[in-house]
Order: sequence, then C-alpha cells, then structure tokens
Amino acid sequence: MSEYTAPVRDMLFVLTEVAGLAEVAALPGREDASAELVAEVLAQNARFSTEVLSPLNRPGDLEGARLDADGVHTPAGFKDAYRQFVDAGWNSLSFSTDIGGQGLPRVVAAPVMEMWKSANLAFSLCPLLTTGAIEALLLRGSDAQRAAWLPRMVSGEWTGTMNLTEPQAGSDLSLLKSRALRDGDSFRIFGQKIFITYGDHDFTENIVHLVLARIDGAPAGVRGISLFLVPKFLLKADGTPGARNDLRCISLEHKLGIHASPTAVMQYGEADGAIGYLVGEENRGLETMFIMMNAARFAVGLEGLAVAERAYQRAREHARERIQSRDVQGSAQAVPIIRHPDVRRMLMDMKSKIEAMRALAYVVAAAHDRAHDHPDEAERARAQGFVDLMIPIVKGWLTETGTEVSSTALQVHGGMGYIEETGAAQHLRDARITTIYEGTTGIQANDLLGRKILRDAGASVRVLLSQMRETAVALGALTVSPSSAEGAAITADCAATGRRLAQAAAAIESSVQWLAETASGDLRSAYAGAVPLLRLMGIACGGWQLGRSALAAVRLLTEPEADTGFLRAKVTTARFFADHALVQVDALRDEICQGPGSVLALPEAQF
Amino acid sequence: MKVLVPVKRVVDYNVKVRVRADGTGVETANVKMSMNPFDEIAVEEAVRQKEGGAISEIVAVSCGPSTCQETLRTALALGADRAILVDTAVELQPLAVAKLLRAVVEREQPQLVILGKQAIDDDCNQTGQMLAALLGWSQATFASRLVIEGNHARVTREIDGGLETLSIRLPAVITTDLRLNEPRYVTLPNIMKAKKKPLDAITPDVLGVDVTPRLKTLRVDEPPRRKAGARVADVAALADKLKNEAKVVQ
Repeated sequence: MSEYTAPVRDMLFVLTEVAGLAEVAALPGREDASAELVAEVLAQNARFSTEVLSPLNRPGDLEGARLDADGVHTPAGFKDAYRQFVDAGWNSLSFSTDIGGQGLPRVVAAPVMEMWKSANLAFSLCPLLTTGAIEALLLRGSDAQRAAWLPRMVSGEWTGTMNLTEPQAGSDLSLLKSRALRDGDSFRIFGQKIFITYGDHDFTENIVHLVLARIDGAPAGVRGISLFLVPKFLLKADGTPGARNDLRCISLEHKLGIHASPTAVMQYGEADGAIGYLVGEENRGLETMFIMMNAARFAVGLEGLAVAERAYQRAREHARERIQSRDVQGSAQAVPIIRHPDVRRMLMDMKSKIEAMRALAYVVAAAHDRAHDHPDEAERARAQGFVDLMIPIVKGWLTETGTEVSSTALQVHGGMGYIEETGAAQHLRDARITTIYEGTTGIQANDLLGRKILRDAGASVRVLLSQMRETAVALGALTVSPSSAEGAAITADCAATGRRLAQAAAAIESSVQWLAETASGDLRSAYAGAVPLLRLMGIACGGWQLGRSALAAVRLLTEPEADTGFLRAKVTTARFFADHALVQVDALRDEICQGPGSVLALPEAQF
Repeated sequence: MKVLVPVKRVVDYNVKVRVRADGTGVETANVKMSMNPFDEIAVEEAVRQKEGGAISEIVAVSCGPSTCQETLRTALALGADRAILVDTAVELQPLAVAKLLRAVVEREQPQLVILGKQAIDDDCNQTGQMLAALLGWSQATFASRLVIEGNHARVTREIDGGLETLSIRLPAVITTDLRLNEPRYVTLPNIMKAKKKPLDAITPDVLGVDVTPRLKTLRVDEPPRRKAGARVADVAALADKLKNEAKVVQ
C-alpha cells in the first residue's frame, strides 16, 4: 500500500459540488476546465504524485539537502523527479497560454498542488517559489524581462526564488539592509539573505533570484525597498546561461523538518557585486511582494491541508491494522484500535478538519478565479473582497489545523509514532514550518483584524456572515423523506449542524463588534484577541463549507446510482465538526472579548 | 502504416474489488475505473513505434458504455491520434468484442492491431486470439519485444521457461505482456490536446454485429477468507503438519 493515495473522489466532489467548478469554467478564457477534463488532469496528476513524488518523501527527509564546493545537492532521486515533473508539463498548469502555460484556473491548480504537497512537501516548495517569482515578473517585469526569463520559468527549466529575509529583518522588512548600487542600466547587489528556499540546487541550469534591496540614497523604512532580478548565471546574447553571477549559497540551515528542501543563506556581492535588474519602479518592491503574497499565502495554507491528509491516511491505516485491547463492550479477542471510541474520535477529528479545510481552500481558489476573470466589474470586486478576507484565514487556520492533525495522527500511533521509522513524526516536523513561513499565524491574525476587518469597519465580515446564515437556514429547513428513519437522521444531522453554524455567525458578529469598539480606544486589547479571532473565523468558515458540503450531499443522495456511503458520510462529518469544533465558538468569543486584560496585565519583568 | 489499439475500461488496479451483494458480479458503481494496464502497454508500444517511424497513425478503440470515452481520452493523451467508441450498454464477452473489432478493422484497414494480452477484470485472455482467427491474420501473443521490419514483425514472446522470437507476416494481431515497455506518464499539455482530437462513436448495429452474450454467469463469489494460522512448537511439529495435515511434503 502506497504511503499516500490522492483523495481524488473528495477533491472532485468539492470542486464540482462546493467550489462551483462549472461557474469557473463559464468564465471567459476558462472554457477548458470542464468536469471531464479536470477529472483526467487530477487522475494523471494523482498518478505522478503518488508514483514519483511520494516515494521520495521519507528518503528525502533522511538524506536532506547538502552543500559542498560545487553548490547544493538535493537528495537522491529529486533531480530526476524534477526533470519528470517539468517534462510532464505540470509546472505550467495555471499560467496563461500566451506565456506557455496551460491556462487552467486556480480552482484546478489547488487540488493539483495539494497532491504534490501531500506527496512530498519538500519537493513542492521549489515550484511554489518559481510560481511566486513568475507572478512578480508578470505583475511588474518589463517586456524585455518577461521575454528573457518567463518562458523557461513557466516550463520549469529554470526555477525562481524569493529573497526577502535578512538576519535582522524577518517579519519586519523595513529593517532590511541589502544594497543596490547603480551600474549603467543595471545594479550591483550586495548583502546577505537568509531562509532562501531552494536558493541553490542541482535541478536546473539557472536560478532566477528575486531580491529585495535598497538603492543607495533610498529612504529608510518600507518605502525605500526595491525589487531586483538577480540570476545565478547571466544570460548570453542568445538568451542561454553564460557567466556566473557574484552570488552563492554559503550555508544551509539545519531544520526541524522539510529536510530535502534546501534553505540557503545567500551571499550577494562578495567581489564586485551581483548584477541585478530592477523589477518595476524604484522603492516600490515591497508592494509587488504584497500583491504576490496572496497567492503564496494561499499555497502555504494548502500545505497545512496537504500534510494533514497524508498524516491522516497513515494514521487510518495504522488504526485498522494495530490490534490492541478488547472492545470496551467486551470482545473475545483484542480488536483493531479503530474500534476504540477515542481512536474513532481522533480519526473523525482529522477527517472532518481535512474536509473542512479542503472545501474552504477550493472555494477561496474559485473566488480568486472570479476576482480575475469575471466579466462584471462589481462581481470581480465582490470576489476579491472575499479572497482578501479569506487569505489570512486560509493561511493561518489551515496551517494551525494541519499541525494539529499531524500531531493527532502521531498520537494514533502511540509510542510507535514517536519513533522516526514509522514516518508519522516527519509529518509533524514538516507541518510545523507552515504556521511560520510566509507570515506567522500572529502576522496573519493581525492582517485579518487590522487590514481585513477594522479597515473596512467590518463590511466584508458582514457579507460573510449573511452567507453563513443562509447556509445555516438551509440546513435547518431541510427535510429528507421524513417517513424513513435514515431520512429523519439526515434531517436531524443537518439541523444540528445549522444550529451550530448560526451560533458561530453570532459569535463572530459580537466579537467583531467588540473588537471594533475596543480598537478605537485600546488597540493593544483588540490585537491581544487577534489569533483567537482567526481561530474562531477559521472554525466557522470550515463549518460553513462542511454545511454546504452536507447540503450538496443530501441533494445528490436522491439521484440514481448515488454513492450513498460517501455522501452519507459527508452529512455525518459535518455533524461531527458541528458537535466538536463549532461547539467551541462561544468560548473563543469570550476569549477575545474577556481575555485581553490578563494577556497584557503582567509587567514585563514577570516573564 | 496504421495501427488499431483496442483499450478496455476496467476497475482500477489499486481498487480492492468487491463482489455485489447479490452475487451477480463485481461492484463497479462509484468505483474508480481506468485503462486496463496491458492495454496501456499496447498504447505505449504504438506510440513508440510511431516515434520510431514504423507507424503513421494510431487509432484507439473501446467497446462499452459511453463512460469508455474517458478511457479513450487517456489513450489520446498518451499519444493516439484519434479514437472510436463502439457504444453499447450490453455486457460484452470476448467473442462479441472480437467481432466488433473485426468490423472496425474492416472499416479502418489497419496493418496491425496491438492490444493487451488480457484484461485485469475477467482475465479472459481470448480477445486477441479470437480477433486474429476471425480476420485470418497472423498473431503473436504475450509480446515482450516488437520490431517492425517491412511487411513482417519480429516479436519476442514470453513463454514457459524462456523467450521465443517469431517473425510474422503483416497484417497481424499482437498482444502485449508486462515487460514490453513501461508506459510513460501522461503529460499535462497532452491531456489538453487530447480534448481536441477526434473521438467518433458508432453502435454494434451499424457495424452489423450481434453482441448478445453467449455465456451466462451463474454466480460470483469472494475468495474464501484466509483462516487463522496455528503456532507450532518446533520444526518437527511443523514438518509433521506439512506432511500429514497439509500433505504438501512427502
């Protein structure tokens, strides 16, 4: 049995029944994304991910990337897997056809990326960073820059990196010191960048670094930062890689997880300075980064889901195979631990969270497509408003939940899980970075509270709450063939889910109201509740999407040849999430509204 | 030279097959289906022969319900040029499929038919042989190597105890064994292109073939469940059981 089986059945259900694939396929330029084509894309990507990427996950963790005088070497098999990845055209999936992409929408890219990340998180980071660099160049690159660099980055022949962090400038980029000196049409870059994912590797013949630096004389703070394209190899007149640029990886970090992904310390300008080309306008580099950040944060949110899925699958297999203790009701012999109520609770906890995360992520991806491609400007703006509100939730809640699920999956293994050989520990170690990079959970929560809620005085949240309440009402109003016991059970499950969802909407409403009032006089107290707010909204949005999933399942159950087992499980899973996760919303509301006093009360000396 | 590659839609090889509760067959509703792996090898071989210049056109054909179009799209993504669906809801048995394929061969006039030696659902291993007989063509089954030389094909066959190499005259039917090749991964651009390749549907009636089943399935059962093992005290006890209970050792 493979360590990971792509959950294509659930992915297709979410795409077609919850995220609205058909609506996305109706957008101009997205006609290719028919359900039939998407099913084939997912099936073939599933095969590639499970057969090529997944088997390298554990060996990659054991071997890790290493640095010697020739540069960085990825673990055995990774280079060949990357070549196959590029040959199969997967890198180009979501880019537009005019730059060599396949023009598929984001909502299709989401499950495809999820599979790569479940199969091999460390591998998937390389194309993720390339995608970020491509998007920066699409947004702000000159025509000449796009022509020179994009085709081979879209194909994956060259990869990209993002160089933001410096030792003294992490979450706060205003402190960054890397310098750019004007040198004719280009610049000479000097400085050290840390935490550069795939900053060097042996996959490709060139690497395109995007580097934030200050042009000499630029203002201090965030308004003096520019973005530069700094290639590992400068291009010759024919566009192929030529002379080595003045940059190199001087060290690799030793990390808790994602060992196969090289995290580089990059030194620019040890001699005459690395040649760099300004991307976009001077001093506006950070803006470009922020525009791209939505896509990057969304992708990292998917990582939380993806690692959780892989971890859950392993735990599920273990729970079926591990025989230990008799049934609590009594049994002749010891039983597989999946029969024990607490193990069952853990499996339901993981399953429901995973399905909630997946539904939320794909719904946000579909909204992103509408925000870009919808012919109606008002609809584009509405969709963008929803995406902006959801990005910190997708990033923050999915990664926190992914880490929790990985921990629960380890717990199911008992002592066996704490031993590396089982493989459960790797998932927890790998998942742990996702709540940190691309902005920590705290940064996401501050973004959610400050930019997404307080700035528009709660307008976007009110739209969200009215949608949630619509779902809650629909769940409550549902009556499924009341004559049958099964119909009555489904009706009861949906009603209970709807009640908890309405309770969640009320908890958000009163929290946001309190936060808005408090923020006007006491910002510190408001921000002390930012992460609890993110958790509250994450749970509520997850429950909302599971509620919508349950409604879709009930509708499909009436069709001939319905997949009754799968669909009935959707309703039960939503009910479980309502009973065990949505049930926490009032406590979270109280934490937000009544908790800040004790967060901030102690003098610093008491810590 | 034109080649015809018949492909069958079967329960995916990763799926744990379950017998229907009423014992009439295998559960296929809401089960993942995909191309018979031996047929995938047949498509791959045709594509390689085309890449090598021996073949100019690859026509994939599948017989069965309209959902077989998905399997044909996969064949097109692997490199087939066009596809034909023989659309029927009737349960098809090997002889019926062979007759349908003969009719398609008569319309398409290929020089070569390459197909899997058997399908992983019923394991019949009959269609290729029956087709060759109906057409009066040469046949080479269980191929592990294929070289096309003018109007002959050199085929290495996997047989008991070794390999046998035949030279057969074209037109011919060749059935594939596992070691013939390792099918490539379908590329994303080819999935996209496959959508635009021609896929025609035709019915058994139009082909003039009676596909009424000749065989009747009485019942289908799960294999007997494995019984619990027994612990033996020592090697002597094991030898005794093998000899006297299991009677597998003299």
